[in-house]
Amino acid sequence: MWEYSEKLKDHFFNPRNVGSIEDASGIGEVGSLACGDALKLYVKIDPESETILDAAFQTFGCGSAIASSSALTEMITGKTVEKALEITNQDIADFLGGLPEEKMHCSVMGRDAFHAAIADYRGEPPPREALEGELVCECFGVTDQQIRKEVLANNLTTVEQVTHYTKAGGGCEQCHDQIEEIIAQVQGELAEKKQEEARAAGRMTNIQKISKIQEVIEREVRPMLQHDGGDVELIDVDGDTVTVAMRGRCTSCPSSGFTLKEGIEAKLKELVHPDLTVEEVTG
Amino acid sequence: MKTVYLDNNATTMVAPEVFEAMRPFFTERYGNPSSIHTFGGSVARPVTEAREKLAALLDVSAAEIVLDSCGTESDSTAILSALATTPDRKEIVTTRVEHPAVLNLCKHLARAKGYSVRWLSVDKQGMLDMDEVRSKITDRTAVVSVMWANNETGVIFPVHEIAEIAHEHGALMHTDGVQAVGKIPLNLSSSAIDFLSLSGHKLHAPKGIGALFVRKGTPFAPFILGGHQEGGRRGGTENVPSIVGLGEAARLAMDNLEDERTRVKAMRDRLQEGLIQAIPSARVNGHLESRLPNTLNIAFEFVEGEAILMRLDDKGICASSGSACTSGSLEPSHVLRAMGVPFTCVHGSIRFSLSRYNTEDEVEYVIRETPPIIRLLRSMSPFGPANLDSACTVQ
Repeated sequence: MWEYSEKLKDHFFNPRNVGSIEDASGIGEVGSLACGDALKLYVKIDPESETILDAAFQTFGCGSAIASSSALTEMITGKTVEKALEITNQDIADFLGGLPEEKMHCSVMGRDAFHAAIADYRGEPPPREALEGELVCECFGVTDQQIRKEVLANNLTTVEQVTHYTKAGGGCEQCHDQIEEIIAQVQGELAEKKQEEARAAGRMTNIQKISKIQEVIEREVRPMLQHDGGDVELIDVDGDTVTVAMRGRCTSCPSSGFTLKEGIEAKLKELVHPDLTVEEVTG
Repeated sequence: MKTVYLDNNATTMVAPEVFEAMRPFFTERYGNPSSIHTFGGSVARPVTEAREKLAALLDVSAAEIVLDSCGTESDSTAILSALATTPDRKEIVTTRVEHPAVLNLCKHLARAKGYSVRWLSVDKQGMLDMDEVRSKITDRTAVVSVMWANNETGVIFPVHEIAEIAHEHGALMHTDGVQAVGKIPLNLSSSAIDFLSLSGHKLHAPKGIGALFVRKGTPFAPFILGGHQEGGRRGGTENVPSIVGLGEAARLAMDNLEDERTRVKAMRDRLQEGLIQAIPSARVNGHLESRLPNTLNIAFEFVEGEAILMRLDDKGICASSGSACTSGSLEPSHVLRAMGVPFTCVHGSIRFSLSRYNTEDEVEYVIRETPPIIRLLRSMSPFGPANLDSACTVQ
């Protein structure tokens, strides 16, 4: 049984903008019957202001596919094409109060359908076809470029996640090694980019540095520790020395010293500044 | 809102009589049947009686029953025992449509333990090809494992006949009887079947109790080693309340076999007919005759199973689906795909499974509520009604 949010259920049971638009400015189609879900999106655009006046959809698919389609039509209507193209699949998931990870491909389908509709409006080839590349997953027809795109956009790290977002690897599983390689490649590029950012961080003000440290601890460190019943609190930043207090199970954990250096310090070095050191508050 | 529970192949309600029979064994008669003192030792008797009732349902002797925790444990025990006791044979014959309890064990044995698994295919009706069965079972076969009845479609396999073939080649025969026990007569006494797995919660006993029938004289190697319980065939203190429950459930099942064959089957047939009549492009998955009396697997073209289930759930109707989206995996049901059910139908396949606790009113309610749901979802689908009369017609 999926844990669907109330908002998602509302969009499933009372879908907005179901149907078609006779004189649509653009139509985007993604998915197929064989894949188990498909979405056809119609948009009506004011050519003067490039504002989306109306949107409608037809969807074959599960509860979250229908809800994602419905959400998408609400999210884009009234926006300019330019603004609407900024909507990510994560934005669609967030709009619905979150999606189970296994269902993230439904939000990806929504975003792709919209991009396809805009390409159609502009007389360009559908973006999925533009992302040709090499076919990796034969079962669901997913190319390396599509996988790269989602790994990059959603910071995916495992084959399972790639399957949840793109469906690639969800069939015969023969492409799992290839997907692993793509993930390693993209993550390598991402890490390089992060290091580049970290070098740039050398020119940060103190306040920028502290807020960046805080952000990294919140986003990267605490969820990891909380997963094991522990936690950490930022106490002080003095020059390059970061002082933290270990909380929860970490206080009694024999490997918390290791966590401090190999976990927290390594993350801060990687993501904020290579000169940072982390110490635990004493007393 | 009233719940209409048509998902009895997933699990069943504990029968009130079963619950009552179990009740004293929690806070009053909580002793250990292995104890010397009267308080404990006196619960050995109810355990024996329960075993006898189960033996009566299967038409076997009580000594041939090993009580355990679930159907999956029984399947693992039987197959691993057969392999352990015939070490010079390295082949397993099983079907492509087994429950994961057998399917994944066999895949594991092939991948990690060097066994060769010979898979039996099914046809469009979900039936085995007996010529293929005969050709795949050889003198190298250690064990043949073929389910008695399929959990998704209800299709019944000729396990007695297959057991004969297995024995001709000196192979042992196991059958996963989880869906069959209590729904159809088994006649095990006149059969060559060596092992049969069953699970309590599929026949109105609680979850967490199962049993394995091991024919007298069949070589046996235990799966769980430990104490002397179950004649040294399965260690672990007896789950006394649940064993008592399973015994009572077996007695009730025996009394109700005729009811399953007549009244439950009539309700299932009415449901099938009502839905097929009211909904275009709907078809039954699985052989219409060689099928459990309680199971209806039906495909609605151009709609997706999870969406159907969510809307049925909204009306209080519990069923399940072979659709990919309900399971968390992306691949739709391995059973329906093995049968060659077209993709257009696989995703919209729904399983209704009845029990003797269902009523005719409930069936009529489902016949009333389902067609509008299918119509609504089809009206939202990009694969329009223009195609509705094409790809997927009633077989």
